Amino acid sequence: MYFRHGCRRVAPSKVLPIGARNAPITYPTRAPRRWSSVSQRPGSDHLVFPGAVDSKFTTNLAFERPSEKTAMPTFRIMDQDGKIIDKDREPLVVTDEEAIKWYKDMLTVSILDIIMFEAQRQGRLSFYMVSAGEEGIAVGSSAALSPADVIFAQYRETGIFQQRGFPLSAFMSQLFCNKNDVGRGRNMPVHYGSKELNIHTISSPLATQIPQAAGAAYALKLQDALAGKSPEERRVVACYFGEGAASEGDFHAALNIAATRSTPCIFICRNNGFAISTPTLEQYRGDGIASRGIGYGIDTIRVDGNDIFAVREATKRAREMALGLDNDGNGEPRPILIEAMSYRVSHHSTSDDSFAYRARVEVEDWKRRDNPITRLRKYLESRSAWDEGREKEVRAAIRKDVLKAFAEAEGEKRPPLRSLWEDVYENVTEEQEAQIKEMGRILEEYKDEYDVEEFEGGRNGLFKA
Amino acid sequence: MAAPLRSLSRAWRPSKCFPSARTYSTHPPNARLNTEIDYKTTPLLHHTSSTCLANPELPESAKSSTTSRQNLFQSVNSALAHALRSNDSTLLFGEDVAFGGVFRCSMNLATEFGSERVFNTPLSEQGIVGFAIGCAMEGMRPIAEIQFADYVYPAFDQLVNEAAKVRYRAGTNPGMHAGGLVVRMPAGGVGHGALYHSQSPEALFTHIPGLRVVIPRSPVQAKGLLLASIECNDPVVFLEPKILYRAAVEQVPVAAYTLPLDKAEILKQGSDVTIISYGTPLYTCQKALEAAEKDFGISCELIDLRTIYPWDRETVVKSVSKTGRAVIVHESMINAGVGAEVAATIQEGCFLTLEAPVQRICGWSTHMGLVYERFNVPDVARIYDGIKKAIQY
Repeated sequence: MYFRHGCRRVAPSKVLPIGARNAPITYPTRAPRRWSSVSQRPGSDHLVFPGAVDSKFTTNLAFERPSEKTAMPTFRIMDQDGKIIDKDREPLVVTDEEAIKWYKDMLTVSILDIIMFEAQRQGRLSFYMVSAGEEGIAVGSSAALSPADVIFAQYRETGIFQQRGFPLSAFMSQLFCNKNDVGRGRNMPVHYGSKELNIHTISSPLATQIPQAAGAAYALKLQDALAGKSPEERRVVACYFGEGAASEGDFHAALNIAATRSTPCIFICRNNGFAISTPTLEQYRGDGIASRGIGYGIDTIRVDGNDIFAVREATKRAREMALGLDNDGNGEPRPILIEAMSYRVSHHSTSDDSFAYRARVEVEDWKRRDNPITRLRKYLESRSAWDEGREKEVRAAIRKDVLKAFAEAEGEKRPPLRSLWEDVYENVTEEQEAQIKEMGRILEEYKDEYDVEEFEGGRNGLFKA
Repeated sequence: MAAPLRSLSRAWRPSKCFPSARTYSTHPPNARLNTEIDYKTTPLLHHTSSTCLANPELPESAKSSTTSRQNLFQSVNSALAHALRSNDSTLLFGEDVAFGGVFRCSMNLATEFGSERVFNTPLSEQGIVGFAIGCAMEGMRPIAEIQFADYVYPAFDQLVNEAAKVRYRAGTNPGMHAGGLVVRMPAGGVGHGALYHSQSPEALFTHIPGLRVVIPRSPVQAKGLLLASIECNDPVVFLEPKILYRAAVEQVPVAAYTLPLDKAEILKQGSDVTIISYGTPLYTCQKALEAAEKDFGISCELIDLRTIYPWDRETVVKSVSKTGRAVIVHESMINAGVGAEVAATIQEGCFLTLEAPVQRICGWSTHMGLVYERFNVPDVARIYDGIKKAIQY
């Protein structure tokens, strides 16, 4: 990338007084070096350059052509009618109660989305993004994780928060930026975060969370090893992003460093066909995102994102592999890539009219033909675990709960004005204190120019209680 | 220039391309001001153990310890070793750090603390900083190295939009922040670094709320400020003046100690003009003020900002209120540099006592072209001239 100077190898310095040395802590061993320093043997049919792995020589001048490769297959368990496709497959390790819980989670997200999208259209909140068509990816993968596993999300993963038990009041407090919002009204709507649920706060810059997830997974690996946790108690990180975000440099940086540092991180790509208006043909020309994982030396799978069971099973297996629990527990901790295929049924956000770049009929077709919620409903109905009566009853109950939380949150005051300055640093700086005082003076002198009553404590909210 | 730096340039420069064999440290035969900095005699370095330990900022534990002669890379190394030894959560990584680093700052650390805590990363700055932020968000104390400050820009998004904002956006979610993150990077001119081994990008980071920006001037300062940065619960950008790695040698306390991250330091008291700088140019400022004091019979006050953001406004305003004149010196470009913020603060805080316009002696509005460095980096003559203009106004 650039000229780097001064890389002289030097003998260990004797200059430094090194005190009592701690015994190095032992962590799980790393993958061995893949090449030896022994140079090419005469007559060898293999390449032993340090940069190439076990490559055979050939005299056939032939380029590897992606167009001649078969696309990576898509793993699915049930078809569009909710029927288990492979009858010989081991029965699903899922109870009807679990499946109903996931169904209700997806339904809640869907109903929340419809109500909040409409509320934004009425100007009652500034912004919203729905998850329509992708509820199965969020809920299904999240259900396969341990609650202690750490999650980094992009923004279209409301189902994760719902699955982990984020209360409706917390969703609403964030969306309305009221005083109960843990984010203190600083973030745009849908940028949720919860320490309690081990989900890092969502930020708008795309893909920045991907290398962070790799680092967090490395931290968990060291911490769990140091704490002497059994393999079953160890944690992984799951990181979500769209196929558009995967074009960012951070995606490349993350998968590469995750692989070289053997981090227990599950990268989950939601490939929904669009990045705002850009179709995937203008996003990439390879075999989706999954094909790239192979290039980084990462075990990869493509799944049907509308099949919650496929997503759940793949994530469950990925989690075991990430922790090195495959091969009877003799595997190495390592990153895993899952590409979940879906279709973004909705507009990109409330600031987007997607019919400006795609046909309404195409969207309607996807809505009708296939989506994760109706597929699971059909499955449950085929097992007589669900019917129209329960559907109506549950939908009405969720709607009522959402509207109740909505009404309670909308009327609340905003956080105190001092929150504008707090948490920039661990402590408010002297410079900031002077600015807070100055703002106090302005608010006093130009009372009629500002509406401070919607903020808790009004002008006094600038100052510490 | 000091001998070790010449050896660096010798290893690097294809000598046959330069038949004149002109070394970068020569100065014109009749030069009185622009002569070599003598690091062996400068009063800015502690040449004896007793002056070193007399520093009132040192904690008792350090004052009662012994000292050893170290250059700046060695003091950075001993700070890193202490941080790794005293806290299992400390990690050190970046490009080529495992074998000791291209500037030797991480010598022996991988051997002592193991390859899980001191390791090489792939060559990707955005990856290094993103990875480090993730580590910090899960409670580790990662020290990430960017090989040269000139190459921090691929990580700019991660630093500005992520590291600086993690705590703010998490709000009252407990413990969700990137505190514990320190991003170290060698910075500043080195005599022959040209466009991409010379930059001083500190002003870009001082415009980012949420980041702390620190630049030490000497081995003692480097160790204390680096240990304070590692302990700090805010993300810190730590710029190490690479020209001083081998040149600046002084007595450094063997014990661990921290120095405050919110205080400037008055290096020399004076009454007629205040000179404000940080990092390498402080040595040039010291030479310039010695000449000016002799020539004009004045007394100069010299201030090292140390922490560039958040910075110690009070010490600067108090000093200029006393002297009535200010000269600000830094290597990076004058326009919107750190000096602009300091000058504006002086204008606000000392309007009635100012007796001359605030002088800014900085890098010109250009890039660091290879053969022009000595005309671009503020030298003794330019600083001397700035002091002269301030007192003769």
